[in-house]
Amino acid sequence: MSFDATFQEKKLKSVGTRPLRPDGVDKVTGRARYGADYNMPGQLVARVLRSPHAHARIVRIDTARAEGLKGVKAVITAADLPDLTNGNAALFAILDNCMARTKALYDGHAVAAVAAIDAKVARAALKLIEVEYEILPHVVDVDAAARPDAPVIDEGIFTSGVEPKPDSPSNVAARSEFGHGDVEAGFAKAEVIVERSYKTEQTHQGYIEPHACVANCNADGTADLWVCTQGHFVYRQNCADLLGLEVSKLRVTSSEIGGGFGGKTHVWAEPVALALSRKAGRPVKLVMSREEVFRASGPTSATSIDVKIGATRDGRITAATSTLRYTSGPYPDTWAEIGAMTSFACYDLENVKTVGFEVVVNRPKVAAYRAPSAPMAAFAVESAIDELAQEIGMDAVELRIKNAAQEGTRASYGPVYGPIGIGPTLDAARVHPHMSAPLGKNQGRGMACGFWFNFGGETCTDLNISADGTVTLAVGTVDVGGSRASLSLIAAEEMGIPYDDIKAVVADTATLGYNDMTDGSRGTFSSSMATISAARNAITVMRERAALMWDIPVEDVYWEEGQAKAAGSKYGNLSPLSVKDIAAEAGNTGGPIAGHSELVADGAGVSFATHICDVEVDPETGATSIVRYTVIQDAGKAVHPSYVEGQYQGGAAQGIGWALNEEYIYGEDGRLQNPGFLDYRIPVCSDLPMIDTQILEIPNPNHPYGVRGVGETSIVPPLAAVANAVSNAAGVRLSHVPISPPRILAALHKQARE
Amino acid sequence: MLYERPKTLQDAVGMLAETRGKAFVLAGGTDLLVRMKSDEFDANLIVDIKSIEGMSEIVETDGAFVIGAAVCCAALGEHEALRDAWPGVVEAANLIGSTQIQGRCTIAGNLCNASPAADSVPALVAAGARAKIVGPDGTRTVDVQEIPLGPGKTSLKAGELVQSIDLPKPAPRSADAYLRFIPRTEMDIAVVGVAVNLTLDADGTVASARVALGAVAPTVVLSEAAAGTLLGTRLEDEALDALAAACSAASNPIDDKRGTIEFRKHVAGVLGRRAARMAYDRAGGA
Repeated sequence: MSFDATFQEKKLKSVGTRPLRPDGVDKVTGRARYGADYNMPGQLVARVLRSPHAHARIVRIDTARAEGLKGVKAVITAADLPDLTNGNAALFAILDNCMARTKALYDGHAVAAVAAIDAKVARAALKLIEVEYEILPHVVDVDAAARPDAPVIDEGIFTSGVEPKPDSPSNVAARSEFGHGDVEAGFAKAEVIVERSYKTEQTHQGYIEPHACVANCNADGTADLWVCTQGHFVYRQNCADLLGLEVSKLRVTSSEIGGGFGGKTHVWAEPVALALSRKAGRPVKLVMSREEVFRASGPTSATSIDVKIGATRDGRITAATSTLRYTSGPYPDTWAEIGAMTSFACYDLENVKTVGFEVVVNRPKVAAYRAPSAPMAAFAVESAIDELAQEIGMDAVELRIKNAAQEGTRASYGPVYGPIGIGPTLDAARVHPHMSAPLGKNQGRGMACGFWFNFGGETCTDLNISADGTVTLAVGTVDVGGSRASLSLIAAEEMGIPYDDIKAVVADTATLGYNDMTDGSRGTFSSSMATISAARNAITVMRERAALMWDIPVEDVYWEEGQAKAAGSKYGNLSPLSVKDIAAEAGNTGGPIAGHSELVADGAGVSFATHICDVEVDPETGATSIVRYTVIQDAGKAVHPSYVEGQYQGGAAQGIGWALNEEYIYGEDGRLQNPGFLDYRIPVCSDLPMIDTQILEIPNPNHPYGVRGVGETSIVPPLAAVANAVSNAAGVRLSHVPISPPRILAALHKQARE
Repeated sequence: MLYERPKTLQDAVGMLAETRGKAFVLAGGTDLLVRMKSDEFDANLIVDIKSIEGMSEIVETDGAFVIGAAVCCAALGEHEALRDAWPGVVEAANLIGSTQIQGRCTIAGNLCNASPAADSVPALVAAGARAKIVGPDGTRTVDVQEIPLGPGKTSLKAGELVQSIDLPKPAPRSADAYLRFIPRTEMDIAVVGVAVNLTLDADGTVASARVALGAVAPTVVLSEAAAGTLLGTRLEDEALDALAAACSAASNPIDDKRGTIEFRKHVAGVLGRRAARMAYDRAGGA
């Protein structure tokens, strides 16, 4: 059945209200089941042995003593995960990352794993595994790794995207380029040119729940996996590919999720748990410790970025370039490419060129982190724009408004924009009371803009109507930020029934068709589209049933406000039939009533935000406090405004942490120095003010209600907004994130000496 | 691993003295329990001292406050006389961890954990606190700064444990203050900590001073040079400048994940100046 996803302006009853989330009670009473809360009879406990070296050849692994320990049921190494990747480099990287094959490529890289009857035995077994390493020179810094004299991490990497093809291997895996126009001609027209270099350190998503799963492989080739993930269908595919299972015989159930932010889109522990279960013949539970999460799961890239922007004195940008170097961990990836695409996406530029370089380093394999790659690019560009505004003596908001992209602008990464929110968020910022609020001593204000693409993708949804007229909505996108509430609102709106009549659940991989994962801010966007489609299909069925009940042609039955109604005057005496009326008779009119939907949600509308930040900097210690913070972002349509605000606030909070204190700190030996929340400093509640939000709604033309993804854009501006505010407060430009107290104080002292 | 919860000090000492292998004393457990989760942790015996009579009490005598080794830091904050006498010690104890942690953690544990960054230790040292130690050879009392020897190392002998921390009653016109630097607002560990304890003459000049620095050396630093800059002054700007310089000079920090040498030396001076000002005001200096 064809489905029209075009935006249609209409009055909404349920969408835009703020009911309680259906998963709330379980979560606040501790009854919600997260990854580690599942157990199976006869379950074993798994532990992973990890490399203490940043870069080392694995000469020999002897597991005999561990295998001989009483209570140990299985020990695996890479030999138990044979390479079935068939030349697929991305899949091989996942395999090698799950269990090092020939070399340990970072501190924390898994080299072996055990399954034992309890944690104590498993721990003891790890100590009995003998690994002989040949330590190799390592490199962790992005700029150092890109230098010609750096130790080469993978002899098979030759920089792609350059002509001629290099004849020697390097750590620069790929070059990518975007843009249009003639930047040299543009710079020639410029009256002012700002050219700066910036650096950002590697951060972790910092989700509170560590990775956890229970795996069970049966002798008949079937398997089950209970796991904390953002995408159980994707995990199923990855695990089946890596273990040689038939996809449909691996059933994956997603648990509640204690945060993911992109970090739970990649498998780490799951193939290991499955391989252990396969070998032991028993279910295996694997829960990573916090230290393991930091050392061996998804950090974001560390970056080094050069920006050059030229403008006329009246504030028109004539040319802009950026060169972005992003770490990807030890395996090539596309993080710099994404950074290069996003870096100037907020602006309408005649001449623009962005170049990305993917750099491999001896650090954990980089995973997505909320609008991956965009915050660092925005930090560099929005810092440079701020400096440009100061150089030409123009207000920072006015300069941005003057150069903002709009409908019809050709984006620096290629496409031509439809209706977008960058201009409206800037206009809202200009008149926001925050912008004109007085500043105190040692305080400064900064602002910055941010962009994110937003994804759509494959989606499948079932809507089942029960005998009492209540509705079960089965979706395949994991609920990471309140999507069950939002999707229930959507179903309620479409069917014309109360929100409380709907129960939304996340179905497992055996009970629903394939769904892409909850990433790219696609959960509510794409699943709401599928929910609308499923609801409309169910309404079609209910109209047919009403027609049967009334014995009139279905063409004469229409749906309005949750009821089937007979059209025209010739059936004047027929009372409308509610969902409950129709459901009660379903057994006599053709059986259960359901609506199904499978679609590719195209047309995710791009998203923009503008943030305003006030800070106070103690000039004697470099301590920074966030005094006031405002997020203004386009939601397209806020389905559940409280959870949209939550996304805005959460992204800002994470961005503030990244801007001020969070960073991976490596020792000279290439080992991570701060794999814990004591020294990896995410903000605590008292570090943050109430983060004010303003939701703008510029409808996405490609969604029936105008919805855009909202989850990620909010982390894009804070690095720059905070940096600009601190720079203004301290009177010295800070170009290295995190802007920690020692960095601020060092900058102040350097300025005082000069 | 054996867990014991003795009722008497003698039993506790006996258990600790007799065990072969590693033994740990458990008071609040806010450091020990975290360490026990590590793969590296190994122990034969854990002796929980919370059931020993008197260990969880603060006793006020004519000359001192005797704080049992199992008294949690939150209890110090709720003890009015102690708060009035040693506001700096109490505020240091109430900076540790979070509200929940303060309901468990102890100053004796903070001392014996021997972290250079321990918050309560500089304040205890500046206050002239003494630790009563009980062991197989009887009881001895030492200045608290004699206990930590370096990160994770103490001077306690096999079988010994701290029974109490004894804080003297302060002289008239005395007060202390403790300040630490952390990049966050709470739930963090000191990058630099400075405690100042002053006694003033009737005319407001500093008659005696003790200045202790934390997180700037392997163990707490009691700086006579820093204290000397304040003697005979009314904390005039020159005196405070000299104090700041002396605090920086007394600091011998390292570059690590928590801060740089440059940062720590500078901030030691800044905090020294601020803590001295607070202590002076509290002592009634104008």
